[in-house]
Amino acid sequence: MNLHKLLAMLLVGALFLTSCSDDDDSMPVNDEELITTMLVTLVDGADTVTLRFYDEDGADGPTEPVSEIVGTLKTSTTYNGSISILNESEDPAENVNEEIEGEADEHQFFYLTNDFGITIEYTDQECDYNEDPCEGSNTLPVGITFTLTTTDATGKGELRVVLRHELDKDAQGVADGDITNAGGSPDIDWTFDIDVE
Amino acid sequence: MKRFTFTLVFLLGLFNLSAQDCDKTLTGKVIDFHDGVPLEGATITYNSTTIQTDAEGKYLITGLCGTSYAFTISHVDCNSQVVTLDINQISTRDFYLEHHLNELQEVKVSGAKSNKTSSAQEETIGENILEKYSSASLGDALREITGVSSLNTGSTIVKPIIQGLNGSRVLIMNNGVRMQDMEWGDEHAPNVDINTAGYVTVVKGAAALRYGGDAIGGVIVMEPSKAPAKDTIMGKTVVTGASNGRGGSISSEIIKGYKSGWFIKGQGTLKRFGDVEAPDYILSNTGVFEKGASLAFGVNKFTYGWDAFYSFYDNEIGVLAASHIGNVDDLIESINSREPSIIRDFTYDIDNPKQEVTHHLGRLRYFKRFEKLGKWTTQYDFQLNQRFEFDIRRTQERSEIPSIDLELTTHTLTSDFEFDSKPNYKFTTGILVRYQENFADPLTGVRRLIPDYDKYDAGAFITGEYDLNDNVILDAGVRYDFNRIDAQKFYLNGRWEDRGYEQDFSDIVVDRNVTGSQLLTKPVFDYHNISGTTGVQYTFKDEYQFRANYALSQRAPNPSELFSDGLHHSAARIELGDLRIDQETSHKLSLSIIKNNKKWGWEIAPYANFIKDYILLEPVDTELTIRGAFPVWEYRQTDARLLGIDTKVYANWHSNWRTDHNFSLIKGHETDDERALINMPAPNFNNKITFAKPDWYDFAISLESQYHFRQNEFPSNITVFSPDAGENVVLEVNTPPDAYHLLHLDTGMKFKIGTISTLNLGLTINNIANTAYRNYLNRQRYFADDLGRNFLLRLSINY
Repeated sequence: MNLHKLLAMLLVGALFLTSCSDDDDSMPVNDEELITTMLVTLVDGADTVTLRFYDEDGADGPTEPVSEIVGTLKTSTTYNGSISILNESEDPAENVNEEIEGEADEHQFFYLTNDFGITIEYTDQECDYNEDPCEGSNTLPVGITFTLTTTDATGKGELRVVLRHELDKDAQGVADGDITNAGGSPDIDWTFDIDVE
Repeated sequence: MKRFTFTLVFLLGLFNLSAQDCDKTLTGKVIDFHDGVPLEGATITYNSTTIQTDAEGKYLITGLCGTSYAFTISHVDCNSQVVTLDINQISTRDFYLEHHLNELQEVKVSGAKSNKTSSAQEETIGENILEKYSSASLGDALREITGVSSLNTGSTIVKPIIQGLNGSRVLIMNNGVRMQDMEWGDEHAPNVDINTAGYVTVVKGAAALRYGGDAIGGVIVMEPSKAPAKDTIMGKTVVTGASNGRGGSISSEIIKGYKSGWFIKGQGTLKRFGDVEAPDYILSNTGVFEKGASLAFGVNKFTYGWDAFYSFYDNEIGVLAASHIGNVDDLIESINSREPSIIRDFTYDIDNPKQEVTHHLGRLRYFKRFEKLGKWTTQYDFQLNQRFEFDIRRTQERSEIPSIDLELTTHTLTSDFEFDSKPNYKFTTGILVRYQENFADPLTGVRRLIPDYDKYDAGAFITGEYDLNDNVILDAGVRYDFNRIDAQKFYLNGRWEDRGYEQDFSDIVVDRNVTGSQLLTKPVFDYHNISGTTGVQYTFKDEYQFRANYALSQRAPNPSELFSDGLHHSAARIELGDLRIDQETSHKLSLSIIKNNKKWGWEIAPYANFIKDYILLEPVDTELTIRGAFPVWEYRQTDARLLGIDTKVYANWHSNWRTDHNFSLIKGHETDDERALINMPAPNFNNKITFAKPDWYDFAISLESQYHFRQNEFPSNITVFSPDAGENVVLEVNTPPDAYHLLHLDTGMKFKIGTISTLNLGLTINNIANTAYRNYLNRQRYFADDLGRNFLLRLSINY
């Protein structure tokens, strides 16, 4: 009886195991934080320069990102700049700016360059993206819009675009676009090769 | 074999005093139930007459009246056994006694403290050491064993390494159940509460085949403390307070036993720590909050028993804030700055990044002893492991959602038979079937690192042990395991092409048009694993023992090694598995020579482990993303050779003074090009001096010095492009930190309270000199120093 009991138990076990297996299909997951595209648009009247970053499969995928620049920066010009972050793997493309605007107090863009005396100034503040009164910390910049001013220097240089979240926006220099004391975590850190002619 | 004598005690009151003919007889044998051997010299007493069995175990009682008699069989160490017989109806009767009753007395939930193998290297730590680590983790306690180290993520996530190997190569048996707790990840610590164990044995290597055939590193066997099968209630409470982390733990257990063999045991642990501190700064976000509870009940009879066991474990673990890095530049900056980038004020709060792990374990077990044969045990166990990993994500709203959400469910049925009735040999045979399901919740919004899968395992083993003579024991065993993994894995089209899978695996693709440029595959992989062991134990001159063992073992790749693909947020690295990875095969030879006597003793234990197709994960490259460059870590296979030696010496210089010394060394290389293997423990040399004075309430004090050498053998670093520097730089991701020396002090006393209770008081000071150091096997060595000085006050009461 003991052998039978053993076999019976094993049989029950086997049935149990079989009944557990199912063929439920796995649901695909798309990276919800995927950024495929970053567009920096610099406008001077009718003259537009765009800096475009594109990585079709994001950080998870092996495809190398590409970056291209349409137009050439002119000397001694102040451009009105804006940045647009998109996830084009979605249809229609997801506008990531909305998410950043929604938590404007936790995010900030930085535009960094050491070349040609180019200066950047923020032209937005957190209260542009929320309903709260424009006072105190709600006046800190986010960096979705800015101005970029060239000098009379020309040549090939670099412009680094950084987006950080959970940074210290009150730290020294951060509100003026100095990243040194910002801390936080990067969502974007990309360097464009630029020409000033 | 030594026989116990038994006495039969006549009991008054059941004897009917009516007038009858008193000329009846009772005859038979007294036999050992265990192995059927007649027991000589057993005594049978009735009225005031005592009869002894002869050399064949036979007895003859004459002059009995035609009525009922009741007898009690007892033995100095055993519970009484009462036999009532009606002499009117019976004239012959064999009595079965159990000379192994000593063992049966205890609630043997899984085996005794005895060795797990006869010939392999192994070591057991008991309650004294485990109590000392009550507020720490299993991995911390096991480092007391020579040859065992740990792979840490900070100070709270501690994975045991046995002779250089960890993770899926180390099997953890928790109360008779093989833990299924996602051991594949470097930052996944065993989900066990150290306080549930009464003993922990480490078998260094795969020789303990009954637990599994894939333990290329070894087996850790955790067993509960035992309770006698008598009417009793006993318990223990351990309270520990620690200065570093400003927290502590409390653990309590209570056991109620009944003479009938019933028992019930409950246990609970609560552990809470805030941020721990390095000598020079607070390690922000390193708090833990651990909760554990277990309940067991059952019955242990003379010939059978069953028990039910359930345990719950929940741990919330903060991960060092500074270890959350964005890209390779952050990593370079961390390595160069020598100080964590985030240092905040002390807090008990646990913020992102953090882990939340929960483990449920349920077990039902039944055993029956068969006369002259052995013991049959069958067990079903159920495990549910839930893992959440929370990262710092782009928005606060997203940070509330875990980046990793895995649920691993395992059902296992095992049945084995231990044939132990023969005095000079015994063998055990058993089978196992297991079903496991992994569910990776898609709601994370992060592509799965580990896919959904079903896994089926089946195994069978036979192991034997033969006592050649009083000095020599031979053991051997073979095991076969079948593993099938049936996964549903999404690949990005780009990755699928990039890895060359289209050529080799196009047949497993089931859908090429999955949203987000992905394709769905359903790989089904089967593995047949053979393992075997043979060895000898030779005891000579009473105080020497020689052990030699050869173990062959095969391990199928784990889901991480096969399927990882993509950015592992918490590690800030891209991890790539490989579908082509096949099982690894280890041939391990180990020797140990042990001498033990009252004055002194030593052990020398060299080993050689040759692993064909060893699977390793190492940094190979970087990949550029919008967030900057990330290091790419890739799994690959190579033939490896691990050579090592564990040695220890102790000496009792004087009745009060003792010193202990141990040293372990391991060298791991790839066989073909002599490249050093990644994450091999550096040599370490420990020396301890102990003063003990039993007269002073068991006072003992010890000072321990630990010297950790620098690991000078490591794989070469990789060169990466740093956007910050604007050029290629060497990423010193493999460079080990410097050697370091630590001093620890431990002291304790024991007081009797009343007649049965004892109070133990202990004080431990770790890292007395507050030395700042970094450990090669701590994954956070890039970001921060290890723990600074820590005072631990420990109080334990047995009642």
